[in-house]
Amino acid sequence: MIKFDKVTKIYCPHLNGNEKITALEEISLEIKPKEFVSITGRSGAGKTTLLKLLLAEERPNEGQIFFQGQDVCEIKSNQLSYLRRQIGAVFQDCKLFPSKTVFENIAYVMEVIGAGREEIERDVPKVLEIVGLTERANHFPKELSGGEAQRAAIARALIHRPEVILADEPTGNLDPYNTLDIIHLLLKINEMGTTVILATHNRETINSIGKRVISLDRGKIIRDEEEGRFIL
Amino acid sequence: MGWLGLVRDGGQIFATIFILAIAILLVSSLFLSGKVGQFLINSLESKADVSVYFKEAALEEDIAQVQDELAKIPEVKEIIYISKDQALEEFKKRYENNPVLMDSVKELGGNPFLASLRIQAKQAGQYKVITGFIDNLSIDDIIEKVDYSQRQNVIERIFSITSFLGKTGILFSSILVAIAILITFNTIKMAIYNFQEEVKIQRLVGASNWFIRGPFLAQGAIAGIISAFISLLVLFLIVLLFSPKIQIFLPDLNIFKMFWSNFGFIFLIQFATGIALGSISSLIAIRKYIKI
Repeated sequence: MIKFDKVTKIYCPHLNGNEKITALEEISLEIKPKEFVSITGRSGAGKTTLLKLLLAEERPNEGQIFFQGQDVCEIKSNQLSYLRRQIGAVFQDCKLFPSKTVFENIAYVMEVIGAGREEIERDVPKVLEIVGLTERANHFPKELSGGEAQRAAIARALIHRPEVILADEPTGNLDPYNTLDIIHLLLKINEMGTTVILATHNRETINSIGKRVISLDRGKIIRDEEEGRFIL
Repeated sequence: MGWLGLVRDGGQIFATIFILAIAILLVSSLFLSGKVGQFLINSLESKADVSVYFKEAALEEDIAQVQDELAKIPEVKEIIYISKDQALEEFKKRYENNPVLMDSVKELGGNPFLASLRIQAKQAGQYKVITGFIDNLSIDDIIEKVDYSQRQNVIERIFSITSFLGKTGILFSSILVAIAILITFNTIKMAIYNFQEEVKIQRLVGASNWFIRGPFLAQGAIAGIISAFISLLVLFLIVLLFSPKIQIFLPDLNIFKMFWSNFGFIFLIQFATGIALGSISSLIAIRKYIKI
């Protein structure tokens, strides 16, 4: 389903400088459908870069990335929307539209894929119920707690039934109770048949999941284990 | 979403509408001032002419023949024949309240005026062609005088002013319109800058470029329409207020009437400028942020 083949990503932080930062170095990995994969490592290990490359937010310097057999690097800028509609993304800072209510935030993704009003009115409440935010449907993001905002972001990522959900440090700003809530939610989504890729540096989170863990260190894969644990 | 965006982004959009209204007002004022300028030029040009005075002995048939010859010149707009009697009547009418002049004509006895042809050119710069043509007719035996030479300086001055106004008018208008477009574009760019994070999210959740552009385009067009209404109202009030004051100095110039007779075109200019400025500026401003 997802394949990274010798992918290298180098950042040049200064436009005219010679300084280069290697975020990922010759990364090769494969993720099968319906898998739950945790990507772990210290800050700067390359977890976020890996997800950004899959979402085509960044382009690799070397190597190829395949999603559903299609080379992501070959997709033209104006065609990226079709790739992103097959992926649900959840970010550490939630990235909810501040000027839209929770309902509107979720409905927006359905509007993007061309769903009608009737379909939106039917599906959004269902997803809100799954994430436990039915009562918060008409609230704006600034009126939500951190955990609620993250659940709203998961609901938005889930609404169009994507093949895969990418979650980049979704529990980074949450307390242990909300962290557990979010992880349970992601596991529930995975049980429903969606592939989940979770990037996190939270030891308790990784150890409680008991699924595949890929450990990164300075842009390289140092371990890839089924039912792995946090070892750094 | 266009309307919703306008309502939620109240402060910034108010600034955009204000700048857009000024830009539209500027464009339509330029159009109206162009019309006023043209009116003044036409009015000045219509006052310029060449008069050919014929000797006492000249027969009406000879004058008619000269008139026919002159009518063949493409630069000639109008030729009016003024007989001796008509010239006397005109004089009496013009100076009926001036007893000194009236008495002097009486003392001379008879009709001291000469028959003449008053020739108007299509443009102020064409009188030289006409006088040149008259010189080449070789009819000195029936012509008393051609009084272009006395008015030559005035006519040439009008022509140079006309030409100068035309050239500088276009240059000045172009500069003002360019400034207005730049200010409008930057105001809208600033408004969209506040939405850059939202645009980034839109891209990441799979929105196509046109799906993102659409609301901004609609927002720009709506702002343009509102601005056009405002500037139309302001222009109407300016014309209503200043028209009587201008008429004190230039009685023939009725700007209010000119505004109404061109209302359809002004309306079209204002709305076309508003919608085009608003939507094109939005399109250009959003371009940078959708490259994610």
